[in-house]
Amino acid sequence: MANHTHVQNPKVDVQYRRKKNAEEMKHQIISFTLMIFLTLIAFFAVGYEGFSAWFAVPFILLLAVVQVIFQLYYFMHMSHKGHELPALFLYGGVVVAFVTVWAFLTIVWI
Amino acid sequence: MSTLARKKGVGAVIWDYLTTVDHKKIAILYLIAGGIFFLLGGLEAMIIRIQLAVPNNDFISAGFYNEVLTMHGTTMIFLAAMPLVFAMMNAVVPIQIGARDVAFPFLNSLGFWLFFFGGVFLNLSWFLGGAPDAGWTSYASLSLASPTHGIDFYVLGLQISGLGTLIGGINFLVTIINMRAPGMTYMRMPMFTWATFVTSALILFAFPPLTVGLIFMMMDRLFGGNFFDPALGGNTIIWEHLFWIFGHPEVYILVLPAFGIFSEIFATFSRKRLFGYSSMVFATVLIGFLGFMVWAHHMFTVGLGPIANAIFAVATMAIAVPTGIKIFNWLFTMWGGSIRFTTPMMYAVAFIPSFVIGGVTGVMNATAAADYQYHDSYFVVAHFHYVIVGGVVFALLAGAHYWWPKMFGKMLDEKLGKVTFWLFFIGFHLTFFIQHFLGLMGMPRRVFTFLPGQGFETGNMISTVGAFFMAAGTIVLLANVVITTVKGKRVGNDPWEDGRTLEWAVSSPAPEYNFAQTPLVRGLDAYWIEKMEGKKGLTPAEPLGDIHMPNPSILPFVISLGLFVAAFGFLFHQDHAWGTPVGIVGLLITLGAMFFRSIIDDHGFHIHKEEVMEAEKKGAGA
Repeated sequence: MANHTHVQNPKVDVQYRRKKNAEEMKHQIISFTLMIFLTLIAFFAVGYEGFSAWFAVPFILLLAVVQVIFQLYYFMHMSHKGHELPALFLYGGVVVAFVTVWAFLTIVWI
Repeated sequence: MSTLARKKGVGAVIWDYLTTVDHKKIAILYLIAGGIFFLLGGLEAMIIRIQLAVPNNDFISAGFYNEVLTMHGTTMIFLAAMPLVFAMMNAVVPIQIGARDVAFPFLNSLGFWLFFFGGVFLNLSWFLGGAPDAGWTSYASLSLASPTHGIDFYVLGLQISGLGTLIGGINFLVTIINMRAPGMTYMRMPMFTWATFVTSALILFAFPPLTVGLIFMMMDRLFGGNFFDPALGGNTIIWEHLFWIFGHPEVYILVLPAFGIFSEIFATFSRKRLFGYSSMVFATVLIGFLGFMVWAHHMFTVGLGPIANAIFAVATMAIAVPTGIKIFNWLFTMWGGSIRFTTPMMYAVAFIPSFVIGGVTGVMNATAAADYQYHDSYFVVAHFHYVIVGGVVFALLAGAHYWWPKMFGKMLDEKLGKVTFWLFFIGFHLTFFIQHFLGLMGMPRRVFTFLPGQGFETGNMISTVGAFFMAAGTIVLLANVVITTVKGKRVGNDPWEDGRTLEWAVSSPAPEYNFAQTPLVRGLDAYWIEKMEGKKGLTPAEPLGDIHMPNPSILPFVISLGLFVAAFGFLFHQDHAWGTPVGIVGLLITLGAMFFRSIIDDHGFHIHKEEVMEAEKKGAGA
């Protein structure tokens, strides 16, 4: 099926695509900078004596979740159209894994 | 080069199958390999039943009984049922969705060879110091204490074949999502394709826990780890959880395709649209989802506590609801239909009461308090044989008869098919129905013998007689296959005459490229719609043109062979100096083959329009 969806003349929308790519590049650089920044904060949170483990551990976990979202949406293109099914499977997997871990933490007590 | 209709020598045929990336040939490979393992598992079952025919029997020793019992379960689940399900999927699904092949033909071949080498590795344990002997569940507290290398063969063999299954599952997910013909919306997919889709999703989520469990076990047994050893700070229950987080979805991985096969057969031979199609889809997805929420019902007696047991019991019982929806839909499909009792249809009709018995005993087992009585008794053995034989094996036999003409171009003999059916059906109920009562009377499972005077004699003798009926049925089936192959007549596109889905619109067997022109799908049961409008073939969605095909490759075979060699090396690395080097050489073979796969540009080849037209004229497609 893929070979039927070729664009007839690739030069037609080159302007549009260039603009789109530039915009995307901007997003990627912004999120990349943010990710480095978040990583620095995480290192700082662990290194700083004033924060106890009870604060630092959930805090860096939260930062990790934010980074995963950046990674998925800006670098792995989940923000684009046509990624509904991968998203469904990702979130399906997250739900199954979460319920499993949740069961262990609440009722099974391994 | 096209390989259409060309006479070849034996060597060329073997090379063709070693290197093939064609889903139809891979289906045949799965069928042959899975069939051989099915016979092997059946042989082990016969040994078990002969040993248990009379009390205090000494046909085999206790230790050997443990090995036979373990290998029967492991072989039947991982090496017979799974590949036979994959055989059906490969043979049918790409054609059912109007595709020319699966999304990743190379990976399809790799998946098969990984399964095959994993299976061979596991079975070589018989000749290399003893087979695994801790049951197919291989609970860590038992398997860590096993003195032979059997468990190591189990761990490494299943790891390799599990990799193949995971690859196969991902391949079918991508295929079904991306390769459907124009017009084939999700809600127009045949039920077997839906079942394959949900099954593949279950494989994707269920096999990683098994992989993790097997890695832990490998570390403990071979590399000095202690994940499961309580004396060293490990926890032996973790294996049970990991195994059943995989193991329960695994049951649905087997039975959902079975449901799909029967859905096709009921609709075809009732000459009616499947009743309640959308509720069938809903039920399939729901069963798949709930399958992940119930693993602890295998562990009620471990001591999880009343809250966990109660929640898992209720979750388990909930699965009876979508399953019930399916049962009623099949009954209503037959209701008012013009039914033909062909061999596949007889399996389908027999499946309903057989599977319902297994389902009802399932709900009984799910009742946590009552399960303390049933646990580890023959009642459980009877239960899971009713669902797996009465569901999965019946479906595989039905599917083999149903799609045999599509796979090989010849119809299996209907008379012999019915003989097989009756022998197998009677033998199955004779073997396993009585085991419910043996269990309730207190006979424990997994014991190599029993004492006289406890009331178990008659039941066990009946059970053994039943097993011989099933063996006889299998022999008739094999004879049928041989006779059909030698004497059978070539058949046309739609040998059952009532085919509804796309696979019946192409020649039997389908040409290498499946469809000369990608079809346009105009509704559920696409081929039936065309037939009802008086058309002979499908409506094409594209002009006739050159068809792009993938090149065959030996690399999947080499990649799998490398892991096979590596597994031997690491298995013996504590006993022999050659172990570690052999293991490294094996890994290098695998990585080297993967490297070549990466650097060699392989653009495939084209079957030209003229060749396609000639092939179609020769009596291929209509």
